[in-house]
Amino acid sequence: MAIKVWLAETGRHAPANVKCFQSVGDWLGRRLPAGPDPHLPFLLDAAGGVRYISPMAAHNHDHEEGSNLSEMELRVRALETILVEKGYVETAALDRIIELYETKIGPHIGAQVIVKAWTDPSFRQSLLQDASKAVSALAEVGRVGDHLIAVENTPEVHNMVVCTLCSCYPTDVLGLPPTWYKSFAYRSRVVKEPRTVLADFGVTLPVETEIRVWDSTAETRFLVVPMRPAGTEGWSEAQLAKLITRDSMIGAGLAKNPSEVA
Amino acid sequence: MDGVHDMGGMDGFGKIEPERNEPVFHHRWEGRVLAMSRAIGFFRAWTIDTSRYVVESLSPSIYFTSSYYEKWFLRNVRLLIDRGLIDADEVAAGRALRPGQILSRGRFTLADVEQATRRGSYGRPAPAPAKFKVGDRVRAKNIHPATHTRLPRYARGHVGIVERVHGAHVFPDSAAAGKGEDPQWLYTVRFDAQELWGADADSKLKVSIEAFEPYLEHV
Repeated sequence: MAIKVWLAETGRHAPANVKCFQSVGDWLGRRLPAGPDPHLPFLLDAAGGVRYISPMAAHNHDHEEGSNLSEMELRVRALETILVEKGYVETAALDRIIELYETKIGPHIGAQVIVKAWTDPSFRQSLLQDASKAVSALAEVGRVGDHLIAVENTPEVHNMVVCTLCSCYPTDVLGLPPTWYKSFAYRSRVVKEPRTVLADFGVTLPVETEIRVWDSTAETRFLVVPMRPAGTEGWSEAQLAKLITRDSMIGAGLAKNPSEVA
Repeated sequence: MDGVHDMGGMDGFGKIEPERNEPVFHHRWEGRVLAMSRAIGFFRAWTIDTSRYVVESLSPSIYFTSSYYEKWFLRNVRLLIDRGLIDADEVAAGRALRPGQILSRGRFTLADVEQATRRGSYGRPAPAPAKFKVGDRVRAKNIHPATHTRLPRYARGHVGIVERVHGAHVFPDSAAAGKGEDPQWLYTVRFDAQELWGADADSKLKVSIEAFEPYLEHV
């Protein structure tokens, strides 16, 4: 009889050949504590502990497999149910957080900052000096977190931002990071071969341009001030904002060409 | 720890594939995981450093094969269980089996959302004068802590220049180990690519890390 092994740690079923504690350990690539009767279904919890699955839970789980919801959707719903039932969180508060990130906290904030830096020399100076303070003083943005640092692209130097260790990102001004920023490919390559990384974004810089990569290994956060394109003299702030892409504020792109938005 | 999360300079991960008009979340559950992470972060049951350490501690096979928010989910479950806020049998059952703990900050409600979505401050009063100043040549120590650290492997043993001094910040190596904030001076240290990656590296490339004082020594 096949033994059902459900791994809470991964939220997945183990492959069919994984039938005992030893083989689960092999699959996960680490040693597990010696198990009890290997012929009963069990659950490997996220703390690495091994527990039997109650017949009821195993039944519920089997039942869920037949539904249209993905396994992750079910597992996440279950965790939310537990947190709500235990009185830890209010569902409406979770809804509100999602709404904020989907509609309020995003790269349009950073774009406002960049437009201001392009058009107001004294703001540009205070931004480069202390970005948290300068941005927080902008009425249209409001208070942002500490330790924000703005770094300016010039014809000589192109700045790029990464977090090689996890996914640190200037969320207050750019919202949640795009998937590529969190990808293994970006995190591994940009500190060693930024020009091939830029090529993946369709960007080629002159060979003589210095590239400066900022690895966000602490709680400091970096916002790139892209170069203002030539030929945009006299443009309104709203027009200028259209030139500024999220990627240009990470350094993976440049501001758009005026002809692209005209 | 010398884990697979420390990816700077590794080869073999392929092309970067930016997604056009990428949605904020690709699945509904990703938003729920993010929201729960913000909410339970508000409980202050652990620090940001502890939560990173838990993700780094996932086995390599899981780290590589789980999506970003899957890792967050695994981390949340593990930390909630570790801190006794939920139990593994409840995760298995998919519902609460016993009452929750009393949280010092109370239930996470709408009124807490604004604070929970704004970054905290990690600056602290400096316990001692800074050892280094802008322009100093420093070497990133060749150290290999078995637990959480923010000194990436690619910088260890290499010489760079102190470019900025940020004041004292919470020291992740200590905070993640549950040993308190132990504030340390934080610096931006800039390295030439050829120092990091050898003579064939891009001569026009400079890479900086944010380095805590205990990571550095005078050259």
